[in-house]
Formats: sequence, structure tokens, C-alpha cells
Amino acid sequence: MTGQRFAELHLDHVRRAFGDTLALKGMDLTIKGGEFVALLGPSGCGKSTALNCLAGLLPLTGGRITLDSRRIDDLPPEKRGFGMVFQNYALFPHMSVRRNIGFGLSMRKTPKAELTRRVDEAVRLVQLEEHQHKFPAQLSGGQQQRVAIARAIVLEPPLVLMDEPLSNLDAALRLEMRTEIRRLHQSLGLTTVYVTHDQEEALALADRLVVLRLGEVQQVGSPEEVYAHPVNRYVAGFMGYRNMIPVTVTAQDDERATVRADGVELVGVKREELADHAVAAVRPEDFAVVTEAGENTLDATVEIVEYHGREQAVEARLRDGTQLHVRTNSRLAPGDAIRLKVPVERVLVFS
Amino acid sequence: MKARPAVWLTWGALAFFMLNLAGIVGAVVTNSFAESWFGTWLPDGYTGKWYGEAWRDYRLLDVLVVTFQVAIAVVVISVLIGVPTAYALARRNFPGKKLLNVLFLLPILMPPMTYGIPLATVLYKFHLAGSMAGVIAANLVPAVPFVVLTMTPFIEQIDTKIEAAARMCGANTVAIFTRVLAPLLVPGILAASILVLVRTVGMFELTFLTAGPTSQTLVVSLYEAMSSAGIRPQQMVDSMAVIYTGSMLLLLVIALRFVNPTQLVTRLKEPA
Amino acid sequence: MTAVLERASLRHRLAEKGVDRVLWLLVPGAVFVVLLFVYPFLYGLQLSFQPKSGGSPFQNYVTFFSDEYLAETVWITLRLGLPAALFNVLASIPIAFRMRGRFRGKRALTTLLVVPITLGTVLTAEGLLAFFGPTGWFNRIWLALGADEPARLTHNYWGVLFSLIITGFPFAFLLTLSYLSGIDPTLEQAAATLGASKRQRFRTITMPLLAPGLAVTFCLSFVLAFSVFPSAVMVGNPAGETHVMSIAAYETALRDNDFAMGSAIAMLMALVMLIVIGVVLIWRTTLYRGATGGKG
Repeated sequence: MTGQRFAELHLDHVRRAFGDTLALKGMDLTIKGGEFVALLGPSGCGKSTALNCLAGLLPLTGGRITLDSRRIDDLPPEKRGFGMVFQNYALFPHMSVRRNIGFGLSMRKTPKAELTRRVDEAVRLVQLEEHQHKFPAQLSGGQQQRVAIARAIVLEPPLVLMDEPLSNLDAALRLEMRTEIRRLHQSLGLTTVYVTHDQEEALALADRLVVLRLGEVQQVGSPEEVYAHPVNRYVAGFMGYRNMIPVTVTAQDDERATVRADGVELVGVKREELADHAVAAVRPEDFAVVTEAGENTLDATVEIVEYHGREQAVEARLRDGTQLHVRTNSRLAPGDAIRLKVPVERVLVFS
Repeated sequence: MKARPAVWLTWGALAFFMLNLAGIVGAVVTNSFAESWFGTWLPDGYTGKWYGEAWRDYRLLDVLVVTFQVAIAVVVISVLIGVPTAYALARRNFPGKKLLNVLFLLPILMPPMTYGIPLATVLYKFHLAGSMAGVIAANLVPAVPFVVLTMTPFIEQIDTKIEAAARMCGANTVAIFTRVLAPLLVPGILAASILVLVRTVGMFELTFLTAGPTSQTLVVSLYEAMSSAGIRPQQMVDSMAVIYTGSMLLLLVIALRFVNPTQLVTRLKEPA
Repeated sequence: MTAVLERASLRHRLAEKGVDRVLWLLVPGAVFVVLLFVYPFLYGLQLSFQPKSGGSPFQNYVTFFSDEYLAETVWITLRLGLPAALFNVLASIPIAFRMRGRFRGKRALTTLLVVPITLGTVLTAEGLLAFFGPTGWFNRIWLALGADEPARLTHNYWGVLFSLIITGFPFAFLLTLSYLSGIDPTLEQAAATLGASKRQRFRTITMPLLAPGLAVTFCLSFVLAFSVFPSAVMVGNPAGETHVMSIAAYETALRDNDFAMGSAIAMLMALVMLIVIGVVLIWRTTLYRGATGGKG
């Protein structure tokens, strides 16, 4: 099975309002055929709105969507021919697995023989041969998930839309299905738009990430780009920079910024034009517990220690009261005075 | 557990109520089998002849056929009109929805007499009163809103995502109704139909106001029989009343198989 | 930036307001309600302002309130409808309370309580006349217990009230029970762990959550009782103390063929009913009406 490929899907200033609030404030995005794009952001960022607009389930307030320069945003969902996997799967409870999967084909009046063949193929693809005559209520969450995916891809749609498909599964199953989705995408090459609030999932699956916040696109890029080079403090926070230390800027050039935090000088990578006050973003795992004084070190007191197996998650506090999250192999106890060192390239300074 | 007086009072009052009720029903049933019964504890003798006479004299077969025809017509039409209406009202917010909601609630909230008399007047104007069509039309007035009211929770409990999924699979509105919604709504439609059937068979005022001699339902001819009781023995009216109650009881037993009465207000559970 | 801010298509802008093809489904229902309910009602309303005997448009209403026999029907109807509805609602609370939870024979008892729905007004009336009549079983026992004369319980106010209770109670009970089973029992358990006694739990937890449902139950019970017609004729005293509004409306319209006056009485009936329901529903708005934590 290969999808009917298109060259380019274009979102042109797509807006969507709910009452007076803009859930999507003019989204521009180009999706190339065969790509796996993840829309990433917390709840309320507009990612599901964007997906539903693409599907045609939500009318646009403004803007347009074009598929290879053909305007599609005024087509009803059933005429767009996209596949969709819903968060709660939305399987038809009164139909067997096979009839669920074959529903779209029968809507298209596919001849019986071809329908049987293609449903067989889809059932095999998601490994549901043993369960194909059962009803959704008799299946586990993971199996229902497979049915939902099979139902979406059996039509070989030009675009597959996935709305947080893994969020209802438990942690182990989520990892397994994640691999499954990646495998299906690699073997079928179906263009996919995937909505999630889980940065790890997005990084693992997507060719390209779109980070959204309050209805606005923050950053678009490959997983490596977004992970290593977040463009602002919001994206950084979402990519695991849990420490946002308030600092005053003492010097800056094109690449570096020297800042003062808790009475100590820190040097970091300058990511934006800076005024006097800024934040220094550091990942918990980039701190190293050291003994001797030196450049880029902070003194802190350990407050809470959580045991995580190989590592410890530590909450420590600077003298000025700023709280720090640290992950370390060193064995620490509450009350310990520690010195934390962080490499210059691992400190990102945002305005 | 010590017996609290409040509990005993509740059960006691209920038992007293039930005892009186049994007496009321018992008196009618006893009389319908009585040879004659005047001023004694129990009748002089028993006979089943009154049922036969009532059946012949009141032409009960014809009446039952009319009742059945009216009830079935009302059920079918009210489901055909009510289900799509309930769907649109449950799923869309549009200007004027509040007004429409009130309009669909009023016929249930209003005593049938208040709109029955103007309705009968209008039906007389269009020469529909007295005919079966008129009786059916009058009975539809509370039946359609009742279907809307009963169906709304059934429709609301169907996840809109399921319809969205069907649309994404390429189903148009007709296909969504016939292939997805209708099979899921069967329990609700059954419940609504049975309840409308019971209500229509029991509806006195509207049928009374609009029926002619050939379009009377059982409950109206029962009333007419009782009003003109002087002519025929009391026992005949009573045996007819027992026939009426028997058929209503049958309907209710069927209804209770499909509808859990305590779930009329709270949302109905997902059909298995 | 403004260059790309073009307006969405008309279809979308209408859909935004909830106007799309789904609304066609409303057409049969809307036509029905206008044709068979709104139009007759408005027709009746304007007819009521065209008195049969001519004169001022308000003549029918003036006649109604100046004729003591007619004006009194309002009080007669309220005197029957309000106590009957109140009794049915109040009596169903303790019984519904005992019916919560699972126990053996619950379904049988529920069915038994619902059965009076099937009796119908005529059988109820016949039964009341026979059972409570001067030589009926009730009065035989009553006399055997030492009373001097039989209790007069038929062909008067009491007969009609009993009839309203018998036909109305199952309905009120069902509604109350379903509202009550919609209240999450763990709320009461939570209150119990916080030290609330049975009585306190009822007063502070269950009652406030149940009250809005009771208001609706009262309204619907009142509608049933207020439209009393056949039983008022059969077990009451239709020319006297149970000359209710329905009887007046029916007799004027269909026996005396004065549809204008009959419509006027029907309109007044609707008005009185709406006033009572309005008062109850306004009181209801002062209550908590959110989720009751029940199933579903």
C-alpha cells in the first residue's frame, strides 16, 4: 500500500476562533508529501484545533488550506479523503473489527473482492488476525488503537491525521505502539500529521516538529534543531530546560552573554537580543556536582532528593531563593551544601 | 440494627396505600365477575358473561382496532419527526435554538385541555375533527416532544468523535444516519416508542376532544360507557375497565423490559 | 500581513453560527410544532378575544371573572392540584430513599409502585366509587371499627383528591427515584467520615442536590393534577365543589358550542399553570444546579 502522494500541503494563515478567543492565530505551514510532522504543545496551544481544521471537522475562521494549489478548506471532511486516528479511537461500537476497518471502503462502493483483499491486508499489517471478528468492546486499549490505525490507513489516504493517539495507553504499551507507528510510516510512507503534548513522543516519531503556544507557531524544525537550539524560553522549557534562572545581563556579544545570578557570574549562549534582565535556561542533567570553585559554578543547598535508580533527582535552592532541578549520580542528602558546574554551551540565555 | 420509627412509618404508610389500592382494584375486578352485588361483603354469585356482553355491546374489537391503529400511527410518525429533531437540537447551537427548545417542551408542560380545545376548534374548521386523522394529529402534539425529550440523552451519549470518524472515512450525512447512528440509537428509539405507545393508549383528553363515533380509542369509549352507565349494568363497564387495565399492564410490562424507569432522568448508560 | 487575512468562505462563516445542513433535520419538527401547537394556540388566543355575543374583545374574560360560578373554578382547581402535587412529591421522597441501593425484590416493588399508571382514570373512578362508597369495603370496616356513620369519601373533593394521588404518585415517585439515584452515594459517605449524622447528611448533602429535581417533579405533578378532568366528573361533584377549569372549558366549548369562551377559559388555565410553574422555577434558580456526581 502506498498513499496517493501529493507534493505540498499548504496552510496559509489559518485562523480559528472560539467565541472571542483565537485558538489558532494565523498558522502558516507547508507539509511535504511523505513527511511525518508532529504538532507539539501543551493543552490549549491550538494543536488539536489545527488538526481538526486540516481534517475539515472544524470550519476555519480565516485563511486557506491548499493541496498542490487546489483549495480544500471548503470541502467537507468526507470529500477530503484524509484518514484520522482519534484520541479515544472512536471505533464504531456496533461493528466488528473487520467492518470498522472496511467502513471507509464500503462508503466508496469498493467491489466486494477488493474490499476483502484490502481489509485482509490492513488486518495483517496491524497484526489483528486473531481478533478480526471481535467487537471493539472485546478488545484491549492497544488492540483498539490498532483497529483505529488500520481504519485510517486502509484507504491509503494522501494524509493521515493522528490526534494524541497514544495518550490513553499505559506507559509500556505507549512505547510499543510508538515504534509500531514509526514502522508503519517507514514502510507505507503515508504523509502524517501527529498531534501530541509529549515532547519525547514527538522527538522520537517526527521528521519535523512544529511547536505551538497559545495558537502561535514558536518554532519549526527537525527534532535535532528544536532539541538543541530552541528559539525562545518557551520552546526551551518544553524541550527539557526545567531550570529558568532569573539573571541580570552584564555583557553580551553576538554569540555569548555574561550574566549574574545569585551573585555569581555565568557565561552562556545568547539565543535572543537581551535587555538588562534575562533568564538562563539549564537542563537538570547538564549540572555536574563538583567540589572545587571555578567558572560557571553555583552554590546551592539540597532540599529534596528523589531516588530514580541510577540517578537522583535533586531539588536545591540558591542563596537568593531560586529553586534548581538537578539530576546527578552523586549520592546527596537534604541539607547538603553542593557546588554545581554547567558548561558554557549548555547555558541558554533568553530574554 | 435497631428499627427506627421513621422507617416503620414510611413502610406502614406505603402498606396502607397499597392496601387501599388493592381494595380499589379488587372491587372493580370482583364486580366485573359478579352476578349481582348490592350492599354485601361479597357478590351473590360469579359469572364471566359480562366480558362477553361488553365485548359485543361496546363493539370492543372495533375499538381495539382503532386504538391500535391510532397508537401505531402516532408512534411511527412521532419517531420519524422526533428523532431527527432531537439530533439537530442535541448537536447544534444555532440562533433561535432556545425558542425551539421551549416550543418542544410546552406541549408536555401544558395541560392537554389548554391546547386541546383550540386544536379541536382548528380541526373542526378544517373538517378533520371526528376522523382518525384528527385523533392522530392531536395525539402527536405531546408525542413528538416526548420523543425529542426521551431521545436527547441517547443521542448525547454517542461520542461526536464517532460521527467525525465516519466522516473521515468518507461517509456522507445519509450514510452516517443509516450506518452509524441508527444502529446505535435502536435502544433509545425502542424506549421512546414504547413510552409513546403507553401514553397514547392512555391519553384521554385529546382523543376525547377530537374523536368522532368511529375514531374513539378504548379509553374514550370506556369513559362514554361509564357516563351512560344507567342503561347497561355496572358490571359491563367494570369488565371493560379491566380489559383496558389489562392491556395497559401488558404494555407496561413490555416497556419495563426495555426501559429502566429510574434512568429516565439521569443519562442512560452506554448500550452494551 | 493583512494581505493574507482574507475572509473565510460563506459556508464556514454560517457553520460558525451553527447553521449547516444538519438543520434541515429540524424542518419536519418545526413545521409540526408550528402547525399543530403554535397555530392552534394562537388561533385560540385570538378567538378568545372575539366573543360569540359580540361586544368588547375582553368580554369573555370579563364574563369569566364576574361570573362567580366560573371564577371559582380557578380556586377549585388550585385547591385540588396544589395539595395533590405537593403530597405526591413529599410522599415519594421517603419511599424513594428506602428504594436506593440494591435489595431483594426491588424490581418487584418498583413495578408494584408503577402499576397504578396502568389503571387509567375510569377504573380508578369505578374502584373509588365501589371501595370508598357508603356500602363499600372501606366503610364496612370503618363501621365495624365503631364509627357512627359511613365516611363520605366519594362524589366530593376527597374522591377527586384520592384519584389524583393514585394516578399521580407513581409518576412523581419514578421521577424522584431517578433524580435520587443520580446523586453519587459516596458524597454522603464522605460527609459521614467528616462526622455528619444521618439527619445532617440528609439536610446538608442530599436535600440541596435533590431540590432542583424535586422542583421539576413538582411542576410535572402539578401539570398532571391541574388538568384533572375525567375523575372530577366521575368521582367528584362536577357541578359543585369539583367544578374545575377543565370541566368549565370543555362544557363551554363543546357542549354549549361557545368556542370563543372555551378558548378563553383554556387560555386562563394555561396562564394560571404557567404562573405556578414560573414561581417554582424561579425558586429553583436560587438552588445549586450543577452536576450531582452521579453515574453517567
